[in-house]
Amino acid sequence: MNHSKLKRGIIFYSLATLIAIFMLLPFFWMISTSLKNSGAVMTIPIKWIPENPSLDAYIRVFNIFPFARAIFNSVFVAVVTTLITVLSAAMAAYIFAKFEFKGREILFSLYLATLMIPKQVTMIPNFLIIREFGLLNTFTGLMLPSLFNAFATFMLRQNIKTVPNSYIEAAIMEGSSQFKIFKDIVLPLVKPTLATLTVITFMEAWNRYLWPLIVLTDRSKMTLPVGLSLLNGQYGEQYNLLMAGSLISIIPMLLVYIFAQKYFEKGLSVGGIKG
Amino acid sequence: MIFYNKKNKYLTIFLFLLPSVLGLIIFGILPMLGSLTLSFSEWDIISGPPKLIGLDNFINILKGNEFWRVLNNILYYIILYIPLILISSLSLALLLNNKFKGIKIYRTLYYIPVITSWVAGSLIWKIVLNPQFGVLNNLLNFIGLQGPGWLYDQSWAMPGIVLASIWKDVGFFGLILFSGLRGISPTYYEAAEIDGANSWQRFKSITLPLISPTLLFVIIISLINSFQLFPQVMIMTQGGPNGATQVMVERIYKYAFQYYKMGYASAFSWLLFIIVFVVTLLQMKLQKRWVHYES
Repeated sequence: MNHSKLKRGIIFYSLATLIAIFMLLPFFWMISTSLKNSGAVMTIPIKWIPENPSLDAYIRVFNIFPFARAIFNSVFVAVVTTLITVLSAAMAAYIFAKFEFKGREILFSLYLATLMIPKQVTMIPNFLIIREFGLLNTFTGLMLPSLFNAFATFMLRQNIKTVPNSYIEAAIMEGSSQFKIFKDIVLPLVKPTLATLTVITFMEAWNRYLWPLIVLTDRSKMTLPVGLSLLNGQYGEQYNLLMAGSLISIIPMLLVYIFAQKYFEKGLSVGGIKG
Repeated sequence: MIFYNKKNKYLTIFLFLLPSVLGLIIFGILPMLGSLTLSFSEWDIISGPPKLIGLDNFINILKGNEFWRVLNNILYYIILYIPLILISSLSLALLLNNKFKGIKIYRTLYYIPVITSWVAGSLIWKIVLNPQFGVLNNLLNFIGLQGPGWLYDQSWAMPGIVLASIWKDVGFFGLILFSGLRGISPTYYEAAEIDGANSWQRFKSITLPLISPTLLFVIIISLINSFQLFPQVMIMTQGGPNGATQVMVERIYKYAFQYYKMGYASAFSWLLFIIVFVVTLLQMKLQKRWVHYES
């Protein structure tokens, strides 16, 4: 018994470690490459650990591209997008869950129908609309479409439905305004769903590439993914630069992940439903 | 139902729905209609209004080679990606389903590629896959194999992208399957053990059928994702070499925002929608044959 348990343990740890190496090796290579100088990037045999590590690539990458600015832009856009998405969805979800009115079902099925349509279909007209509003190359234009999020509305509606009517009725009797009921009763009761959605939306907004690529053209407005792809377009062969940029772009999200790991795992297993 | 003061009620409904419904109309419904109209038009965005040309865009797309080459590329991706992601994420989930010390640390590590943005992940893999100076070919060399030209080679570029995608996605799908595994009641396994079933039999007759709904979910999501492949291609190959990694979204993006053929690009995007829709329907139909739902 003990013997087979030991055997299982050995198999488990060797497999788990092997997979971990596969997952982390590219990151190790990224760090190693980013610390090499331009000449050392292309040598055979390859050097796992740079011989003369230098921060050259990091200094250059900040000189070539306003990276500090891009980090700020990315954080700002991700935070505000998340706020807009979750708040607007929660407000709509409250109405769909707790109010009866003519056309409610039709309106809600319109929400659900949009879930089937790939973003790429509406992308071109959305660009034209943003352009018509004169909002190209602005954060407003980038984030405005987040007002509508069918998936978040759906998730929150399902959850708000479970809030007992009596709580809301009691508050109405006491003369609370609807805004106060929404803020003080409804939202606190659906906190776990709000947390999950916050994580999903934040990650999506942080990683978004295609839409910012279309909307943002000014270098000082760019978010990290767009900035990185610009760097790739102009310095595609300077691997140490590209890796320094990648590492910088990964760190903020990694920090958020480490502090909110619980919510990430939950959020992503729910977010998978959306695809 | 809750009793509301009538005047108050409609004002509340209006105000609370306003942001979301405005978004739905302006960025959901109008663009749908606009995209449909554009797909039947010719328009270069600069000169004049769009000109209606009927089905010409669709006919031109379907008649040309490019669309079929793109589909072919995506199929190549799917054929490699789907079996690999299923096997690797299911193995990962089974591994994580053990109770060993330190398993949380491993889970954290496996998850790092998932939270890495696609653009950064693609850049890293572009460098890992470099035929001469990259890690992968040097490792292959180490065990005596001559690695291919990966992203520089017409037939190896797509497998290179598949490798990057597996690396990026396995943690995510592994986690989804892991939650599926945890939902299986231990009593099934206990009963099987009493009946003397070995571990392969237990896997085949208990784990696999009971996790089949989750597997179906993984397949549908990864198929839909496969048709929407984009950042990997844009960063790693730009559709090359020689069109070998051109995919639908990359084509749509380039037609619309580099060649300014808005109508043609819109028609392309509707074809993408139709394909994704049909694939999802087919999967839903086929599932009856192999997916097992607990009653």
